[in-house]
Amino acid sequence: MNAAALFGRSREGEPGLLPDPRLGSPMPWVIAIVIALTVIAAASGLGLRNAGAHASADLNGGITVQIVSAAPAARNRQADAALAVLRRLPDVADAQRVDQSQLESLLEPWLGTRPGDTIDDLPIPALIDVRLRAPATPDRVSALQTALAGVAPAARVDAQAAWLTPVFRAIATLQWLAGGLIALLTVATIAAVVLAARAALVNQRETIEIVHMLGGTDAQIARVFQRTAAMEAAAGGTIGLIAGVVAIVVLSAQFSALGSGMASGAALGWLDWVVIAAIPLCGVALAVLTARLTVLSALRRML
Amino acid sequence: MNAPDAEIVQFDNVGLRYGTGKEALTDISFTLYPGRFYFLTGASGAGKTSLLKLLYLAQRPSRGLIRMFGTDAITLPRERLPGFRRRLGVVFQDFRLVQHLSAFDNVALPLRVAGVAEREITKPVDEMLDWVGLADRRHARPATLSGGEQQRVAIARAVIARPDMLVADEPTGNVDPDMALKLLRLFESLNRLGTTVVVATHDVHLIQKVPDSLIMRLDKGRLSDPTGALRFPPRRTSTPTEPVLSAAPKDSRGDGQGGPPLGFATK
Ligand SMILES: Nc1ncnc2c1ncn2[C@@H]1O[C@H](COP(=O)(O)OP(=O)(O)OP(=O)(O)O)[C@@H](O)[C@H]1O
Ligand SMILES: [Mg+2]
Repeated sequence: MNAAALFGRSREGEPGLLPDPRLGSPMPWVIAIVIALTVIAAASGLGLRNAGAHASADLNGGITVQIVSAAPAARNRQADAALAVLRRLPDVADAQRVDQSQLESLLEPWLGTRPGDTIDDLPIPALIDVRLRAPATPDRVSALQTALAGVAPAARVDAQAAWLTPVFRAIATLQWLAGGLIALLTVATIAAVVLAARAALVNQRETIEIVHMLGGTDAQIARVFQRTAAMEAAAGGTIGLIAGVVAIVVLSAQFSALGSGMASGAALGWLDWVVIAAIPLCGVALAVLTARLTVLSALRRML
Repeated sequence: MNAPDAEIVQFDNVGLRYGTGKEALTDISFTLYPGRFYFLTGASGAGKTSLLKLLYLAQRPSRGLIRMFGTDAITLPRERLPGFRRRLGVVFQDFRLVQHLSAFDNVALPLRVAGVAEREITKPVDEMLDWVGLADRRHARPATLSGGEQQRVAIARAVIARPDMLVADEPTGNVDPDMALKLLRLFESLNRLGTTVVVATHDVHLIQKVPDSLIMRLDKGRLSDPTGALRFPPRRTSTPTEPVLSAAPKDSRGDGQGGPPLGFATK
């Protein structure tokens, strides 16, 4: 910090008591870096949360029934029977057979077709996309399996969300990581402000002693340091916020270029932006509070 | 507040030891009464500055009792120190001006610390700088002032808020005899307004200029009492009350010069 007017005339016509205790020129830059990283970490955490919520809302009630049978005739019969049973179940909101030709055209690029090949000969399972009225809990999945066992012995029932369980786990881990990162950055901010404030106190010791002798209170002296901490943190916070937001915008543009549904689900809502915008404000508050406590505790050791 | 002769300061068997050395002050007992003018003399190293430091609460004694403004000053909780210090004006032997502030801002400091509004600060500070002959140096930083000029800034700062007690450590050590006399008049005017004045000095001529003054002499850390005035309220020819107070802003000595600008009070 740079201490400038403890006690010279300063901004807003308020008389300074100390020179502004500039906390040292690196202060705003350290704060800027910390705020930028925090903004990116917070945006990532919020985006991951949104992506997870979006995906699970999509998949929660989703179930896939596969009829795995090598014989196309048996496969079709069982699929029709299964579809009929499913549509009668009260839990089921909707059940649709995935069009076989659509499936085939999906698979074609992988399997290839040569003249004379009949894709019907390939043992492609029939797929039924089922939407439940409630989340696809393991209980519901096995109830469906039981209901289908009679008419379609070749049916395999899977909750769609189950496919993504490892992805959800990874998202949760990344969110913890983002949280941990933010905690570390908070500690880094506190450490930077404490060190800067201590250095400024040493530089200003002579003046502080004089101000004490003239009846200045610890609170008056601390206020000068708080004001400087606020200004420097605000400057750093603004730079950090801008840098962080630029990084988020670039990153999210690249993610949405992936075209994946998951990535588009990660889009930040207005509330998320409010949270991100609040980060530099929290940084300023943290810097002011840290400067105050550091200065007051140091002053208490003086007579 | 204080009854006419209630003491403003009382030292009882005070001793001060720096670190583990021998005592710089030994068995110091005396009483100061409000509105009196005291000189503190003694050879260099006798302990004058040490005694004044105790008096302006920059140092705690190693032993003994100190009462100030009717309160035990030794057990005074830290948060009450600023209130006490604002009742004191101090001219430090080494001036202790704030280097990054102009002469004006240094003199204004006690008023700002006391929360006086900015618009009420300019006039008294300018008048005071004018009185100590520094009107044209008001924007100068201490480093660009001569020793005597710095001393005058220090004095102006000590008296600007019209303290209850003025403690001055060799306040005329760096100025010529004429300026020394003028500064002494400033102290006397303040004294006539009711401020108790304690001036440490080697200058015998200065002491002789204040006929009503009381003398405390330090010798190797021990206090002697040549006027016998320290234990009991001394007699005083003029009383520091109404007539003098109303005359103070004007010249009360009839020597043709205007009195010092002590119209300001923070209280
Ligand atoms: N901070 C200190 N640490 C250790 N010893 C000190 C300290 N301040 C003063 N002393 C010692 O205490 C004794 C009294 O010093 P003091 O400054 O009170 O003398 P003084 O009467 O003011 O002298 P002078 O007329 O030269 O200003 C001296 O022997 C000095 O060396
Ligand atoms: Mg001395």
